[in-house]
Amino acid sequence: MTRTYGPQHAIEFREVTLAFGDRVILDNVSFEVGRGESKIVMGGSGTGKSTILRLALGLIKPDAGQIFIDGEEITDHNEEQLMRVRQKIGMVFQEGALFDSMTVYENVAYRLREQKVPESEVEPTVRQMLRFVDLEHAIFQLPNELSGGMRRRVGIARALVGSPKIVLFDEPTAGLDPITARTICELALKLRDLENVASIFVTHRLQDIEVLSSEYVTRNEQGDVEFHKENDEVCLVNTRFIMLKDGQIIFSGSDEQLNEAPDPYIRRFLQRRG
Amino acid sequence: MNLLYNTIYQLQEITLLTWRALRSLFRPPMYWSEMLKQMDVLGFGSLAIILLTGTFTGGVLALNSANTLQRFGFTNQTGELVATSLIRELGPVLTCLMLAGRVGSGIAAELGSMIVSEQIDAMRALGTDPVKKLVIPRIIALLLMAPALTVICDLMGILGGLFVAVSQIFQATSVYMASAQRAMTGNEIIGGLLKPVVFGFIIAIVGCYMGLSTKGGTVGVGRATTRSVVVSSILVIFVDFLITKLLIATILGYD
Ligand SMILES: Nc1ncnc2c1ncn2[C@@H]1O[C@H](COP(=O)(O)OP(=O)(O)OP(=O)(O)O)[C@@H](O)[C@H]1O
Ligand SMILES: [Mg+2]
Repeated sequence: MTRTYGPQHAIEFREVTLAFGDRVILDNVSFEVGRGESKIVMGGSGTGKSTILRLALGLIKPDAGQIFIDGEEITDHNEEQLMRVRQKIGMVFQEGALFDSMTVYENVAYRLREQKVPESEVEPTVRQMLRFVDLEHAIFQLPNELSGGMRRRVGIARALVGSPKIVLFDEPTAGLDPITARTICELALKLRDLENVASIFVTHRLQDIEVLSSEYVTRNEQGDVEFHKENDEVCLVNTRFIMLKDGQIIFSGSDEQLNEAPDPYIRRFLQRRG
Repeated sequence: MNLLYNTIYQLQEITLLTWRALRSLFRPPMYWSEMLKQMDVLGFGSLAIILLTGTFTGGVLALNSANTLQRFGFTNQTGELVATSLIRELGPVLTCLMLAGRVGSGIAAELGSMIVSEQIDAMRALGTDPVKKLVIPRIIALLLMAPALTVICDLMGILGGLFVAVSQIFQATSVYMASAQRAMTGNEIIGGLLKPVVFGFIIAIVGCYMGLSTKGGTVGVGRATTRSVVVSSILVIFVDFLITKLLIATILGYD
């Protein structure tokens, strides 16, 4: 199989290595995320999933290797050049990372205000985003008045404002009730299938994996969104997986391949189903 | 050895942050409202402690100098002594030590918690340069507010001295004020304003650096706060010596 590099990928890691002190976190890791593809990243706690997202944003630099965003190499970019690249990316932080001195409204409006979008356009966008995550009622509350799940959803709304073409989700469903978690997965499906957004979706939850790898979304003639379950004939689902362990990618492929992977670690990971 | 290495490393990092701040000082975007907010929080918020510090320092100075001057029969020069000490030295240094304690620690703690809770990362991810948004407004606020508060401290000190002179050593108000006025020459005032400008900058940049370099969770925030107060206080006192030396060599020398 020949590997082609270049602008067809939304995100590409090429032989990326990163160590903190003498602890190697990522060891020669390569993968790519195509445009409109969802990449589910799995792996035990502390295997470097969040680190991968931080590298993709340019928040930290790799010790070796190259990182491309939208075909552009960002490895040696300075902060100013990175600012431009980050415009294309929305990031949902694992702990929310909301600005705690700002209201929910100001948090979600942050990116638009930074881009000097007139307030008359900011308000409807923010309200629409908050309706999307079902939090319009909390619009003028401060983050420390919200529950963990609400904070997570504000973080999602904040990341999605400005319609970024790449979205990085760091365990967006962890610790949420099944209905909210399902809503977040549906959101990811809509971004993938209707907006052609490329994403990295870090998760441990088998339900998320199930939804993201077996369902797809279309819009019918009336413009309504319809969810479909994948059957055997069609394979429209643009979701692929990687599994990290000990600094390496031990699996990369589709859900069928994942379910048939012989590796005992992967088998154990998936058998938590129940 | 480790201490020496750390000190040099930190000075280098502080210089780098200073350089980054200066370079982007006038580059848009400017966060005007953030600047005003910081002036209010850092400057106006410190007014009460500066009023108290100034008043009592002036009072103590008057007590001590009158006591000494009495022996030589020069008590009518109490005002000049109080005013000179305040304008040259105690006003700037005490104001800025107070600011290092109250404001420098606050800056380090706030930015430190923002680091720990990934808010700085989120800011960068959303396309904001934390130096522009957080560091520069604090530097500008302190560059303006430290001299302003110093002037207030000086004035309150002179008034505190007046109160002591009138009530404790039974001096006439006019005698004290005439004497105090002799201390307020142009050069003295320039010297007395140069110091807080430099100190204000030191407090802001050290606080920001310590906050932004926080490592290791909430414990790290505590450490950053302490370190910010210690380092900026020491720097204030050390740089005060250098500036005084410079001023005496140039505009304040008597020869
Ligand atoms: N700033 C840092 N300094 C030192 N070590 C770090 C730093 N950030 C992360 N690490 C280490 O890197 C490893 C990977 O961290 P990372 O946050 O990427 O894990 P993760 O896969 O996201 O885990 P989780 O599922 O628990 O979120 C961890 O072992 C952590 O100890
Ligand atoms: Mg993580």
